[in-house]
Amino acid sequence: MSATAESVQERRAALKGLGTSRKRVEDARFTQGKGNYVDDIKLPDMLFGDFVRSQHAHARVKSIDTSAAIELPGVIAVLTAKDLEPLSLHWMPTLAGDKQMVLADGKVLFQGQEVAFVVAEDRYIAADAVDLVKVEYEELPVLVDPFKAELPDAPILREDIADEKEGAHGARRHPNHIFTWEQGDKAGTEAVIGEADVVAEEMVYYHRTHPCPMETCGSVASMDKVNGKLTLWGTFQAPHVVRTVASLLSGIAEHNIRVVSPDIGGGFGNKVGVYPGYVCSIVASIVTGQPVKWVEDRMENLSATAFARDYWMQGKIAATKEGKILGLWCHTTADHGAFDACADPTKYPAGFMSICTGSYDIPTAYLAVDGIYTNKAPGGVAYRCSFRVTEAAYFIERMIEVLAIKLNMDAAELRAKNFIRKDQFPYQSALGWEYDSGDYHTAWDKALDAVGYKQLRAEQAQQVEDFKAGKTRKLMGVGLCHFTEIVGAGPVKNCDILGMGMFDSCEIRIHPTGSALARLGTISQGQGHATTFAQILASEIGISADDITIEEGDTDTAPYGLGTYGSRSTPVAGAATAMAGRKIRAKAQMIAAYLLEVHDNDLEWEVDRFVVKGAPERFKTMKEIAYASYNQAIPGVEPGLEAVSYYDPPNMTYPFGAYICVMDIDVDTGEAGVRQFYALDDCGTRINPMIIEGQVHGGLTEALAIAMGQEIAYDELGNVKTGTLMDFFIPTSWETPNYQTDYTETPSPHHPIGAKGVGESPNVGGVPAFSNAVNDAFRAFGLTHTHMPHDHWRIWQTANKLGLHN
Amino acid sequence: MITGSFEYHQPGTVPDAIALLSKLGDDARVIAGGHSLIPTMKLRLAMPEHLIDLQACQELKKISVSGGEVCIGAMTTQAELIASEELHQAAPIVRETSLQIADPQVRYMGTLGGNVANGDPGNDMPALMQCLDATFVLSGPDGERTVLAREFYEAAYFTARDDLEILTEARFPVCAGGYSYEKQKRKIGDYATAAAAVLLSKGGDGGCETASIALTNLADTPIYCQQASEHLVQNGVSDASIADAVTSAMGQIDPVDDNRGPAEFKRHAAAIILQRAIQQAWSRA
Repeated sequence: MSATAESVQERRAALKGLGTSRKRVEDARFTQGKGNYVDDIKLPDMLFGDFVRSQHAHARVKSIDTSAAIELPGVIAVLTAKDLEPLSLHWMPTLAGDKQMVLADGKVLFQGQEVAFVVAEDRYIAADAVDLVKVEYEELPVLVDPFKAELPDAPILREDIADEKEGAHGARRHPNHIFTWEQGDKAGTEAVIGEADVVAEEMVYYHRTHPCPMETCGSVASMDKVNGKLTLWGTFQAPHVVRTVASLLSGIAEHNIRVVSPDIGGGFGNKVGVYPGYVCSIVASIVTGQPVKWVEDRMENLSATAFARDYWMQGKIAATKEGKILGLWCHTTADHGAFDACADPTKYPAGFMSICTGSYDIPTAYLAVDGIYTNKAPGGVAYRCSFRVTEAAYFIERMIEVLAIKLNMDAAELRAKNFIRKDQFPYQSALGWEYDSGDYHTAWDKALDAVGYKQLRAEQAQQVEDFKAGKTRKLMGVGLCHFTEIVGAGPVKNCDILGMGMFDSCEIRIHPTGSALARLGTISQGQGHATTFAQILASEIGISADDITIEEGDTDTAPYGLGTYGSRSTPVAGAATAMAGRKIRAKAQMIAAYLLEVHDNDLEWEVDRFVVKGAPERFKTMKEIAYASYNQAIPGVEPGLEAVSYYDPPNMTYPFGAYICVMDIDVDTGEAGVRQFYALDDCGTRINPMIIEGQVHGGLTEALAIAMGQEIAYDELGNVKTGTLMDFFIPTSWETPNYQTDYTETPSPHHPIGAKGVGESPNVGGVPAFSNAVNDAFRAFGLTHTHMPHDHWRIWQTANKLGLHN
Repeated sequence: MITGSFEYHQPGTVPDAIALLSKLGDDARVIAGGHSLIPTMKLRLAMPEHLIDLQACQELKKISVSGGEVCIGAMTTQAELIASEELHQAAPIVRETSLQIADPQVRYMGTLGGNVANGDPGNDMPALMQCLDATFVLSGPDGERTVLAREFYEAAYFTARDDLEILTEARFPVCAGGYSYEKQKRKIGDYATAAAAVLLSKGGDGGCETASIALTNLADTPIYCQQASEHLVQNGVSDASIADAVTSAMGQIDPVDDNRGPAEFKRHAAAIILQRAIQQAWSRA
């Protein structure tokens, strides 16, 4: 039987491989409430832990009296720093080379800090016992403003390292100073700025916010004292790293630790870090010999577990009169809170902030970042972005707008004038990155056409006239953004976390009947890995995605990997999956050649089979090959069909996109409504268009939240003002606009299937688009820049300062 | 976010509930929909030893319209207020307001009685009841008494209700004319940044026959704007009279700085919201 053209297409479609909008296989259990999250884990004799937390932002702990709590029936133990000290677990290392108190050791440094850990028979007793622990504090002056950290009267926060002049990232100039990180050419950039026709300056603040996943953080630790094995279930975006860290901290040999990330209800960077709750649940299980569960509540999650952003970015951008950008200068004051617990690759204390030249060909640039301690929660995680990329994208996309105002030029035209051209890729940026591929002009023109950009500007101009004439109280903003991401960390030569190179892995077993199991070092938190990785593999090995099981998250079974964050799963683990698939196919080719009695080179791959060249009727399907691999002695070939690949990416990938937001603003109430949002994403090869679209919708909605109201705000005493979902803005369907998605496809030249990652692009690109729309609405009235979040009162205040209420 | 321990009671009738409340006194709290009380208990800001749940008291679940009067039982949920056609005919502003309270899940549980009796200045129903000139029925160990909604609120969480009384009912006259409940909020589920309830009726001469204005979340109690209401009746509804009425109403508010914004902003927003509410009510009158 010959393989007709049609049947090739049919067979390809049956694989549900790359480019198929395959329905998510995970959703059957999630939509039926059959997911298995950390809090669903119930073990015999399991105990519950709960924290006594500090109500003060800065105070000395004079005494902790646990006696009343211990006496409460059902309370098993109350741990304080004194109990952890003999184990050297009262402090723990952070991912950023700093250390963090597990339980308050002499003082507290932020509101919500963990002071004592109550362990009880159920969570209700634990909560009652928390109330019975008496902590005596002596309040200390509070530092919430990073710009006051180095003033003569500033309180010293970290007395433990006050005298250390060197930190993990070089010299410290003050006890409240963490590091200075410099990139690029300072003198050259300052010279360019000194001589340029036009220089625009602005302070761009990306406020403190929080990833706020639907599921909060938690863990269940179970120490089996008989066989010496520790099992730890938890909300971990990087379970293998957690295993290694747990081994290093506890002294338990790594092979005696099993870490499991079960279903995870959203991560967005919040579940990358290691938190005191994890450590305390482990210690409590070791002490009691019983499993111990800890799950934080929403207020604990918002106020203590890993914030994001909080970057004050002072910028200068220089250009010719015609609008050709010559140089970019940025100094960032980074508020890291009480401990430097940022989740960044070791050598990048400010993450990939140096991608802040964005999509533009900027010949000279300089970036300096100063990390500062304040009396706020630690964190600094990458909230749905690759390490600090969203800060960088927001910075450059605001600076471009500010420059356009200074030049009196259309901001779309200014962008197009300065884009890195297609023929410049691979492009070396002034701050040291090699952009792999891109075609920015094509994407930009497509976006401008799609929204009817010129008509929008004409309409906006008319509306300004009408406003001035008293015919309307509404203004219209057009928010532009062309972002370039840097994701897929990363090459082991320069990317590691706690010394572990940021490769990732995939291990494949083909079963005799031609179905398959693939295990990866990553862990889905909603991204749909079980769906999409099976699709990558289906296209590589010719087995239907429906016949491939994807497993992740159990360190006893999955190969070592660095986990899922920073849009790295597709660029790194996705590549490992393709490479492991190719190893399978290579062996399959040898088996097929033997079965067909031809030379290996006489075969060609066709969708799901090897076919003898020139003899289409002679072929062996992958299913037949799989069976033969287990059941037929093939000279010179080991039985079985398995492969493993550890993939060290040669470079990052650089997804990009063109977003345009049209917003209507009520000048009197400060209310803002998104009339239109167009999002063009180029993530290289598209694995599952439906999942991409879902990712874009979700990421844009988070971007909307961040730009328009979501923040972690503190008062001058260091009290968290936004610790509940009443005040911390999570949009509902009501606040969420319609999104119009689109794409171009510029494959990554170095990735095995050309994919670049997409999950974080909409957050990175969305925030500047929304914010630029608000700013743009007031451009005609003299506004250069106003800070996020653009909630009603801040928009009103902007209008008020511009005299629009007079 | 776990409450302290408490005993749960579910009396079947109002007299049983009152008897329980009299017996348990200060240690007990009456619970209706629970949307204010339960979060407070979870934060352990309230730790009642006894909860007296009124949900089994069927006599508190009713909506009736007769003799020109609307009568709503305290345990009627906001979802039921929205669903009632009879109520919508008699007082359409009730549906308009209810639809702006929180979200559908909350409205399935949240009740009229709980909303008005708690004395939370953020709640929408108190100003609505003042606008409707409602009368609240309070039942206690000494029997029933009535208090006007316009006289019920003393300060935030302080009302004319005695600790041993249960608010059982709200009564108000059937509405005529135009209505509007305008609410500015940050998102679904939020309390008002500023909200205004307005009822206006038009006389045969095109003038303003009756007017009633009340405001939500702009002071520590709802605010009935008597002077502003009278101003519209005396002067008719025009841009100038609206501006004067708004100015008068703004003289009564006392907003505070919070996460919704500084008081200065709220004053501005409140004026806009009230102006819009008057305009809309008049357009419907």
